[in-house]
Formats: sequence, C-alpha cells, structure tokens
Amino acid sequence: MTAPFLQVRNMSHDFGGLRAVRDYNLEAGSGQIRGLIGPNGAGKTTIFNLITGIYQPTEGDILLDGKKINGLPSHRIASLGVSRTFQNLLLWRHMTVIEHVKLAHYSKIRYGLFAAFFGTPGHHREEVEIEEKALRLLDMMGIRHLADQVVLNLPYGAQRRVEMARALATEPRILLLDEPTAGMNPEELAQIMEIIRRVHGELGLSILLIEHRMKVVMELCDIIQTLDFGAVIAEGTPEEIQNNPRVIDAYLGKERAT
Amino acid sequence: MRPVSRNFWTPFSRVPLLGWLTGVLVAVTLERLAGAPLALALGLAKVPVLFGFVIMLKKPALIPSTVLYILLIYAVPTAIVTRVGTSAANRLAAWLVRLPMAVPVAVHLGLLYAALHVWAGISDYRVLVLKLTLIAVMVTLSLNVVNGYMGEFSCSHPGFMAIGAYCASVFTVGLFVNDQFFGAVFLPPALGPFLFPVALILGGFLASLGALAVAIPSFRTRGDYLAIISLAFLFIIKSLIENLEFVRGPRGLSGQPDWATLPTVFLWTVLCVWSINNFVRSTVGKALNAVRDNEMAAGAMTVDTRRTKIVAFLFAAFWAGVAGGLFAHVLRYVNPSTFGIQKLAEVLAMVYFGGLNSVYGSIVGAVSINLLGEALRPLEIFKWIIIPLLLILVMIYRPTGLIAFKDLNVSTLLQPKREPEGEA
Repeated sequence: MTAPFLQVRNMSHDFGGLRAVRDYNLEAGSGQIRGLIGPNGAGKTTIFNLITGIYQPTEGDILLDGKKINGLPSHRIASLGVSRTFQNLLLWRHMTVIEHVKLAHYSKIRYGLFAAFFGTPGHHREEVEIEEKALRLLDMMGIRHLADQVVLNLPYGAQRRVEMARALATEPRILLLDEPTAGMNPEELAQIMEIIRRVHGELGLSILLIEHRMKVVMELCDIIQTLDFGAVIAEGTPEEIQNNPRVIDAYLGKERAT
Repeated sequence: MRPVSRNFWTPFSRVPLLGWLTGVLVAVTLERLAGAPLALALGLAKVPVLFGFVIMLKKPALIPSTVLYILLIYAVPTAIVTRVGTSAANRLAAWLVRLPMAVPVAVHLGLLYAALHVWAGISDYRVLVLKLTLIAVMVTLSLNVVNGYMGEFSCSHPGFMAIGAYCASVFTVGLFVNDQFFGAVFLPPALGPFLFPVALILGGFLASLGALAVAIPSFRTRGDYLAIISLAFLFIIKSLIENLEFVRGPRGLSGQPDWATLPTVFLWTVLCVWSINNFVRSTVGKALNAVRDNEMAAGAMTVDTRRTKIVAFLFAAFWAGVAGGLFAHVLRYVNPSTFGIQKLAEVLAMVYFGGLNSVYGSIVGAVSINLLGEALRPLEIFKWIIIPLLLILVMIYRPTGLIAFKDLNVSTLLQPKREPEGEA
C-alpha cells in the first residue's frame, strides 16, 4: 500500500484565546471514505478550512504526497488535488450551472491571456473541451438539463449537486464534503448517498465527510473520527464508534436518549 | 387598440440585425440627400444635428416640425426598408452565417460604420459627438470589467485616461510636430498615422503600469481598499501632471496631429469591445464573476483570485489608456483638469446607468448619457439636475442598471430570425 495522499500531523489552531483544534492527526487519501463527526462547534469545519488553506494552522503540519503545504494559498492546495464542498453552499449566484463546473477547470487551462483576449482557435478548442468534460460531470450528477440555469433559481437539492459537480471538476484526489445532506428530504438524501457512492466507486476518490446524520455516516464510512472540543476522542470503524462509551457520552448518547 | 399595435410590431420582430443596419443606412443616406431641403420646407433653419433636441428645447414652437422631420427622415424610411426587406435580409443573413465567422462580422460592422459615417458627414459637430461617444463606450466598458464583472469599486479610470492621453500626446507631438520634447522632429509626418497605434498602445501599457501600482497594495484583501487607493491615485496623477513642467503643467498640451479620424476611433472601439467581450466570456474571465460572488469558493476551486483581479484591473486600465490617447487626439488638446472628479462621476454614471456585468449595458449607458449630455446642453445648469435624477430613478427601479447581467453573444446576434412557428 502506498503512503496516504493527505497527512495531517499534530495540527492545532487558535482563534484568539480559543483552541479550536488541538493536536489533530489524520491520514487519508488511500481510497477510503472517512467520516468526521462531533457535536456542533467541535471544530470539524475548522479542520476542513485548515486543510484547504483558508486558515493557517497555529501548530503542526499538513502534507500532500509528503510535501508540506501549510502556508500555501487555497487555490494552490486545490490544484494539488484537494477539493471540497461547503456547509452553507458557496455558489456564485450570478453564474449558470455549466459555468460553475467549467470554471473549476481553471488550473488546467493551458491557453494564455492573449488567447482569451483575442479568441484564438486554440482557445476555442480548449473551451469546447472543458465544456464537454463539464457536461459529463453534470450527467453524472443528473443535472445536465439544468446546465444553462442560473444557480440562484435552482432548488436546494440541485444546488448541492452543482457544488459537488464543481468540486469534482477540479479533478481532486481527495474530496472534502462538509455536511452534504444538510437540509435534505429523505428522497434527496437517498440520491445524494447514491451519488457519493458512485463518485467513490467510479472515480476511485478518497472522501472525507463531515456529517450529522448517523445513518449516512454509518452506512458510507469505512473509518470514523469523533471530535469533541477540537480534539479527537475516538477513531475506528462504525461498529467501534457506535459502541465507544466516550462517543456515546459526548454525542450519540443524546440521540439514543430521545 | 392592443391587437392593432401588436400587428404593427410583429413583423419587425422578425427583422435580423442585417435588416436594421440596412434600414438605418438608407435613412441616413436619405438625410444626406434630401435632409436640407426637407428641413427648409418644414420651417427649420437647418438640418437638426442631434435629433432636434436642441431646437426643441430652445424654440418649443418648432417641436411639431422637428418631430415630423425625425419621422420622415429616420423612422419612416427605416420602417419601410426593414419591413420590405425582411425576407431578403433573412436569406442574406442565413447565407452569411454559413461562411467563416469573420465574414458576417465584417459585413455587419461595415454597414454600421457606413451608417455612422454618412450620418456624421452632415456636420463636424456630429463627427465630434460620435467620436467622443465611441471613446466613452471604451472607457465605460473597461470600467465595467472592474466595477461590474469583478464587483470591486475603482475610481482611478480618469487617471488611466490621463496617463494614456499624455503618453500618446508626448509621443506624437514630440516625434512628429515640434521640438518641445525630444529635440528636432526627425520622423517624416507621412509615417505618423502608421505609428499612431504604437502611441496609443504605449499609452495603454503605461496606464497598465500605473494600475499595477494601485493593484499591488489594494488586492491583498477585499473591501473598500481599492476605492480609497484608486481615488488617491487619481488625485496623485492629476497633481503630478499639473506640476510637471515637461508637459506644460496646468496649461495643458496642444498641437496633437489630427490622426484620430472617425474610422480610426471606430476601429479601436470595435477592437476594445471585441477583446473585452472575448475575455469576459472565456472561462478565465468568468473567474472575475466567481471572485465577485464568492472569493473563498473561487479559491477553493483552484482559481488564483489575486492574479485574476490584477490581470483584469491591468486590462481595464490598458483600454482606458488607449481611450485617453484617442481622446487627446480627438480634441487635440489636453489639460489635467479634464481628468478630475467630474470625469469620474461621468464614467461611473455611464457604467451604473447602462448596467453592470454587461457589454450591452456599457454601450447603452455610454451612448445614452453622452447623447443626453449633448442634447440637454441648452438647459445649462438644469442638465445637471435631470441626468442625476434619471440615474436615481434607474437605481431605484433597476438597481443593477438598464441591461445588466446579459452576455453579448456575437454569433446569435447575427443569426437570421426564423418565421415564428405555430403562429401563422
């Protein structure tokens, strides 16, 4: 087995006096689906923001393929193969669906600025190429018929899929999904789980998943980390997590009580 | 009432762009041939230069005959030609679009230029207004790249124009006209018109260089920094020129050769619109919209946001510089006070009036504000009440401007209009 693509070593992050993440370790990227659970405010999204370069870790290292990436701007990290979706849907509200997916190919564009200014044949060829790739992704997400719609007008479930298609268009090696099923009805939930399975199966992607719905996490994930107050309190397979007394105390206990 | 008006308008919805351009060309040719006698017959002293606004405002008694003149010379001939020629124009357009893209584009632009040329041929005033309007289109569109497409707020466009204007003027005056800059004139004037583009491009590049000085400190983060720094830049450039004895300070620089002819200005405007439209419609250009709508998401999707912003800002400044160079050669005189806060207000008004994030919007904004400014000239001070009032109304009812967020797709624009199916 090759070394994991993404490694996080002893990472900590402070917001002023608050230690939001403490001594966090992760090895991901060898084709598994990993889950990250924990109560609200446990630091899950902060970890995503640290890995994708939106925040800089106060301590510790993040490595991709063994190379340190802390301090790199987020677009560099993204083009190295780390892509993500956002908890609260950060779409570009004036752009159409296909434009979203095309733009996520940005780092792969070979034509120069002058080609863009003067609309050279090479530029046109490449734009057509990108469009074909984007349409294939929309097909995979089942939203090809919405290609020319402005995202603002789409229903919530479709917006989630646009975000997923956009994240895949960067051709990542690891995909970070931040609560992909938030606010979905049972039908949409089943569809998005199917899509995550297909993305994992067909593209062979590693996935790191933040999720609040236990059903989703337990069904999809191979390994789950549980976070509380910024620190990992348990790590293991779904069965192990479900039976871990510390996890039950911190998190699952409340659900079982109801 | 409604069916009648609908029956009247329906046929016109099938007229392709080619038909409209031909109609307008016929109308302006007619004016050239029969405008003067008709104006006399209607009791007007001469051909109304700008659609009769000035005459109507000065002598309200002449309003009916002016309106009649406009109808007879422009509206009726255009209507007849487009109506009669609809199917022929559609067939021709259908044949043209099958050829390589450059051919139909050239034909349409040729017709447009011919119409403008014939229209402007009536008087020098029209030529001047037309040239200034075309330049305004360039400036407005280039500012729209920053303020509309990228969603930042830049105030330094008149500054970039000033850089372009002075750079191009020093180049042409110094090399071709007199010895005030580089010693004796050593280039033959016959070479001038060919080197004029070099002067303009040089001005554009110098403006871009100035833009870099604004961009580097202000694009580290998002927010109001650009507005503040660019405003400061505008004042710095203005006072720099005012204190530069080399370019004769506040007295201004005159004697630019008359090379900014109507075809030259038209060509540069086309080039500007074309390249900006190409840019904003390419995937690289869409990155601007992404940066505007959500910069964090743009970064996470591999878009180099800082580079995107700097490139767009420099590109916009380049065209503002070129426009400034043309401006100096149209008026054949520049002074630093032209490029002050007043100019800034004018350009901003054109951008926001016409519509953000839209090439159409910038054209409409620049043309309408510019023509309105000329047409309302007799009202003197009231002009500056009416135009801002209009702007406020637009902001209330259409906050993003008249034609905002609309792509200019040249190939669909040139398509023939098919018979509406299922309506016959």
